[in-house]
Amino acid sequence: MIPAVNDKVLENARAALPASVVEFIDKVNQGERPSSHLIAVLHKVQEELGFLPRESMDAVAQLMQVPTAKVTGVASFYHHFSFVPKGKYIISVCTGTACYVKGAEEVIDKFKEELGINLGETTADGLFTLEDTRCLGACALAPVVKVGDDIHASMTADKVPGIIERYMNLAD
Amino acid sequence: MSNEKKITLTIDGQQLTVPAGTTVMDAAETIGIHIPRLCYHPSLSLEGSCRVCIVKIEGMPSYVTSCSTMVTEGMVVYTNEPDVREARRDIVELILDNHPRACLTCERDSNCELQNLAYTVGVRERLFEGERKRYEIEDSGKSVIRDAEKCILCGRCVRVCHEVQGVYNLSQHNRGFNTVVTPAHGDKMDDSVCIQCGQCINACPTASLQEKRHVDRIWKALADPTKHVVVQTAPSIRAAIGEEFGYEPGTPCTGKMVTALRKLGFDKVFDSNFSADLTIIEESNELIERVKSGGKLPLITSCSPGWINFMEKFYPELMPYASTCRSPMSMLSALLKTYYAEKFAIDPKDIFVVAVMPCVAKKYEMDRPEHYIDGMQLTDAVVTTRELGWMIKSNSINFKGLEDGEFDTPLGESSGAADIFGTTGGVMEAALRTAAEKITGQSLDHVEFTDVRAVEGFRERTLQVGDLSLNIGVTNGIVNAKKLLEKVVSGEKEFHVIEIMACPGGCIGGGGQPYPPKGYKILDPELLRKRAQALYTIDQGKKLRKSHENPSIQALYDEYLGEPGGKKAHKLLHTHYNQKFPKGIK
Repeated sequence: MIPAVNDKVLENARAALPASVVEFIDKVNQGERPSSHLIAVLHKVQEELGFLPRESMDAVAQLMQVPTAKVTGVASFYHHFSFVPKGKYIISVCTGTACYVKGAEEVIDKFKEELGINLGETTADGLFTLEDTRCLGACALAPVVKVGDDIHASMTADKVPGIIERYMNLAD
Repeated sequence: MSNEKKITLTIDGQQLTVPAGTTVMDAAETIGIHIPRLCYHPSLSLEGSCRVCIVKIEGMPSYVTSCSTMVTEGMVVYTNEPDVREARRDIVELILDNHPRACLTCERDSNCELQNLAYTVGVRERLFEGERKRYEIEDSGKSVIRDAEKCILCGRCVRVCHEVQGVYNLSQHNRGFNTVVTPAHGDKMDDSVCIQCGQCINACPTASLQEKRHVDRIWKALADPTKHVVVQTAPSIRAAIGEEFGYEPGTPCTGKMVTALRKLGFDKVFDSNFSADLTIIEESNELIERVKSGGKLPLITSCSPGWINFMEKFYPELMPYASTCRSPMSMLSALLKTYYAEKFAIDPKDIFVVAVMPCVAKKYEMDRPEHYIDGMQLTDAVVTTRELGWMIKSNSINFKGLEDGEFDTPLGESSGAADIFGTTGGVMEAALRTAAEKITGQSLDHVEFTDVRAVEGFRERTLQVGDLSLNIGVTNGIVNAKKLLEKVVSGEKEFHVIEIMACPGGCIGGGGQPYPPKGYKILDPELLRKRAQALYTIDQGKKLRKSHENPSIQALYDEYLGEPGGKKAHKLLHTHYNQKFPKGIK
């Protein structure tokens, strides 16, 4: 038996992940087909950290013994996973057909202007991330904007500054 | 009498019976119908992504891919009806719509599978000019460059890297229109777990993956009157270079290759075979020392830089077991800039050493600080067999019409044991020819150890040499090496000597060898067998068949190096290893 080199790779991997994720990986590693839990593990990482930092994916690869290219390949396939930090409040402007024809574009433009960011970006204070999204299934309320878990109906560009202010106050 | 279940079906009006579990594609092949294909490769897992191999099957609502559809009883298949032909052509057109129209200036013009396919299925006009994917060429790597715009997402590189090489460096990232093949995180090749073997280049049907070209720096050196430009050729080049000029695979072309190199303007043409013989002296000495002094066993060969890269990233615990011998290329380059320079009174700074290698990892190796001596780079350029083929064509040299030339002395003389370094088991066999005589003190009657030729990729044997019972392992293709190394690491079996070649078949299947000629494919066992046969033929034709009997080697030790494994030999012929990151997943 030739012992592995103590290069601290596994140790560093454990340190790079929240304790709850390490615990979860240890558990699935004891079961059958541990690598089939890859997506579940990535979900847990994102739940804990808000996004998937590079080191976290390297760590998942080492602890699950799944090639890193597979981890990042899987993570990049799903829209849900993000490789950049997201704001405290995620503003999703629906651009489904109904919302789009009722003026979602102007709402997006106003958010961009007020927040000084583009779609997919996060404000410097880490408060807001602006995204567009496909149909949220609330077409009767079009155009719809979702902030965190709240739905804002019949949005117009004029309502945008008020909404931003409300969440800024909430955050204080 | 086989009790295997048989299936009878009809393809293009012809009835045939094949074993159950046969694919429609393979069934058609048995009656001489070759269905066009692209992502399919018999040695790799099924991808079914390119859709080129579609056929029409009665009762099925749409076309199906013949590579992934099994035959069923009474199935009626059409491979070539006008509507199937049209659909297949449309599929290829859609692939072309997202591919640069750069055939005229492309590295693979005239040997591109996509180009051939477009011709075969009858694409004669381009109907749409629209948006297509745009990427910068990633050419920062020492060995492998990536041009994602030319990628058609067939996944062959991803599969060969994972399934044949066990590296899994490449993966498809993102989705839909944005899908791109890259290492983890979209990193550059040299920042990834890539072992630089170049099998992805061989597997690629287009020019999306290519070797880093060193041709321009050679033209420049050849044109510089202050430079003394010397070249060395690896054992496996002579077995494959002929394919670039229409020779049947397996045609040995040593003499014409030497003449072609002289015509290209090299001042001296030397042979890495010489340093292959030298490797045997040094490595067998290392083995005997380790056995005597209770040193680390098994001794693992170190000729293959792809394997060395793999070891440093995936199995750093095995570094003390690897032979410290430099690769034959690096050994000869070291001698050229020391021994040869002194002997012929040439300033080593003026010597420009070119190596023709079957290998793209050698391009990476030549820049490694571990392969410098006292701050001096030893090898100045490495070209693949493909690049050399192109250089010869580009200089309008009529290769087939050339007279046979001879290598220059003294660094061009070699035994047949050196020739077989280019194929799997060759280093082991060459070492055994020498070790057996050293151990028994008797001359060998039969120099051929055919039992160590691991044509299937993996071999373990116990050989009786004198009173010694030697456990040996020989593998090619890293997936096979992993199987053997797991036994070593776990202690399941004790080995004395292990030969590992990164590429399937050994150097004859290297990442820099010619793209397969018509009728062959990459990883083709028949192609590899023929190339190996060329080397065995050369070996059999030589009087000198044992490395230690090479008189130029003996003279080198007497004149310059001293003892095998001695201080000077150690400095010039040996190296060391360092763990590299990122660490690969075994």
